[in-house]
Amino acid sequence: MDVLKIATAGSVDDGKSTLIGRILYDTKSLTTDKLEAIEAKSKANGFDYLDFSLVTDGLVAEREQGITIDVAHIYFSTKSKSYIIADTPGHIEYTRNMVTGASTSQASIILVDARKGVIEQTYRHFFINNLLRVKDVIVAVNKMDLVDFSQEKFEAIKADFEKLIEKSDYAAQNITFIPVSALQGDNVVDKSEHTPWYNGQTLLEHLEELDAQDVYEKSQARFPIQTVIRPKTDDFHDFRGYAGKLYGGDLAVGDEVTVLPSLTTSKVKEIYFFDQKFDKAGRGSSCTITLEDDVNVSRGDMIVKSSEKPKIEKQLTATVCWMDSAALNPGTNYFVQSGSNRILAKVKSISGTIATDFSGEDTSKNALQLNEVGKVQIQLSKPLAFDSYSNNKASGSFILIDSQTNNTSGVGFIV
Amino acid sequence: MEILEKKVEQSDSSEHTSVLQVNPLESEAIYIFREVVAQFEKPVLLFSGGKDSITLVRLAQKAFYPGKIPFPLLHIDTGHNFPETIEFRDRLVEELGVELIVRNVQDAIDQGKVVEEKGKYASRNSLQTTTLLDALEEFKFDAAIGGARRDEEKARAKERIFSVRDDFGQWDEKNQRPELFDHLNGKIDLGQNVRVFPISNWTELDVWSYIEKEGIEIPSIYFAHKRKTFIRDGMIWSAQDEVVYREEDELVEERMVRFRTVGDMSCTAAVLSDAVTIDKVVAEIRASTISERGARIDDKRSEAAMEKRKQQGYF
Repeated sequence: MDVLKIATAGSVDDGKSTLIGRILYDTKSLTTDKLEAIEAKSKANGFDYLDFSLVTDGLVAEREQGITIDVAHIYFSTKSKSYIIADTPGHIEYTRNMVTGASTSQASIILVDARKGVIEQTYRHFFINNLLRVKDVIVAVNKMDLVDFSQEKFEAIKADFEKLIEKSDYAAQNITFIPVSALQGDNVVDKSEHTPWYNGQTLLEHLEELDAQDVYEKSQARFPIQTVIRPKTDDFHDFRGYAGKLYGGDLAVGDEVTVLPSLTTSKVKEIYFFDQKFDKAGRGSSCTITLEDDVNVSRGDMIVKSSEKPKIEKQLTATVCWMDSAALNPGTNYFVQSGSNRILAKVKSISGTIATDFSGEDTSKNALQLNEVGKVQIQLSKPLAFDSYSNNKASGSFILIDSQTNNTSGVGFIV
Repeated sequence: MEILEKKVEQSDSSEHTSVLQVNPLESEAIYIFREVVAQFEKPVLLFSGGKDSITLVRLAQKAFYPGKIPFPLLHIDTGHNFPETIEFRDRLVEELGVELIVRNVQDAIDQGKVVEEKGKYASRNSLQTTTLLDALEEFKFDAAIGGARRDEEKARAKERIFSVRDDFGQWDEKNQRPELFDHLNGKIDLGQNVRVFPISNWTELDVWSYIEKEGIEIPSIYFAHKRKTFIRDGMIWSAQDEVVYREEDELVEERMVRFRTVGDMSCTAAVLSDAVTIDKVVAEIRASTISERGARIDDKRSEAAMEKRKQQGYF
């Protein structure tokens, strides 16, 4: 079954939890025992409605404070698809959580309160969807019931949002506007009677139609090696299988390939998945391949088609989102990890921060604080095979690991 | 034996080339298994004999074929297991030729490290934590792979795929490492360990559908069978296993039941069912309006029962 990952961002006030609760409720994904727990808790808290944030806010601290702190994962399915919602908090101090949630999502829902219109937080959500190149963005204009389902209000918000789109450099992004009332269920799963002027799909109808292809768009085949399988059994005495996950494109038996960074060439001999052999592997598959020649391949290396080589360099420039409470400063060492490849690196320079509300760059800054985004130049101790993020999300992104604390301190999108 | 039976299913396209079709959840789990083995010195798979850990074993086989599963299995035995589960466990291990380590909660009780709970809701479920942490330390395991899923419970929904635990096995839920794309960070200090959850993103239905598709054998208690049972608090309990506490006025009747989870017998209730085959089980799960952990009394203790257990080192 297809799996579609969706990111949501927002605060309790936006009605985000209500929206997620509504989707679960209307698709009959909430089991009786969970629903009973929500009813009991809502009653105990003195609410006269069902407080669906109890579904999403799984930690004691979140329930106490009535806020979402960390990414929660919520699951539901329809006849055609399985859905995973990565639900993240929406405030500026949780930018890193939003980036985390968006990093594995094909689609994203941005909530706009119909009464408030496009606000700073909307800018930020869209900026992150843009930076991470989330393919499908749904702008759900919520609380339409509180503005009498006014078409005028909806169109005005749409027009405001479209001004933001002009600032985007990701032309292939699909953006859809839907007027909803999460509280009353209008246009979430079922079509609303209150919006005769709206001819589009409901939120779920739209999600059902989205292509649940891998989050990585089709580009060139990248096969980073995770581990080398050498069973040394009687049946597989000389077997040397390179195990990894294939990104970007297909790989077939007979393809001329190059091993990076050594640049050795060979041909794909076999493609294994468990005990079966295949002629071709599609992107997204975790398979094991063997090569015609006895070449030296180890973890961290990458196998690509010889005609489609990425860059192999010891320096790179990336847009970095900083996730650590200790600031990122030039001259410090971190590990750069991209997939199975981890390389010691030095931050050469930081050429300014980028405002997450589209207000531009500040080139006077040469350090990154928690939740800030900026342009960073990195010197690697060994050559890395990489692509630009816009060409390949897997080989175009990396994390920065603090060599002292081992924390995942930042994420980079290669320019 | 069926456990190792490999399903032959070529996906031929019209041009006579076989193309590997991707199951995204399976592919993700295999990726995670390979990262664990590459990034850690001494991983171990926590094996309970339940459907989730059996699924993990199949995924591990796939990840390293034609090599063997490159880590042992560890069973933290509460002493309250369904006999059917233990019989199954031993048979599976023999067929796979992997090492099985068993550590008993009873030993920790005998040594006075933990005190058995008393009363009619007594369970050994939370006592497992001490035995688990002791076993991790005894063998110096730095990564413990478990079959927990995010859809099970709301605190689990916040769990990472690589979940770092401190020297005391504690989960610091407010300070977790961000996980982005497929870049899994398994760097830890000596003394720390990581819990790894390869099927984090699977739902109960995904697991059952996979078991059906792959033809994986599972213990018989997952299928409907006649069992002596009694009813308490609206739930059905096994009356034929002596560790399940029963009061004299709780009437024993034979019912057609099955179990949706196979935890500690004393805290795992049965459900009425006539699903005697895997396809019927899948159909039943699909139509079910009660969550899997709805039959686990250990989660009903308080709203934050799971979060509290996890902070203390529970897997």
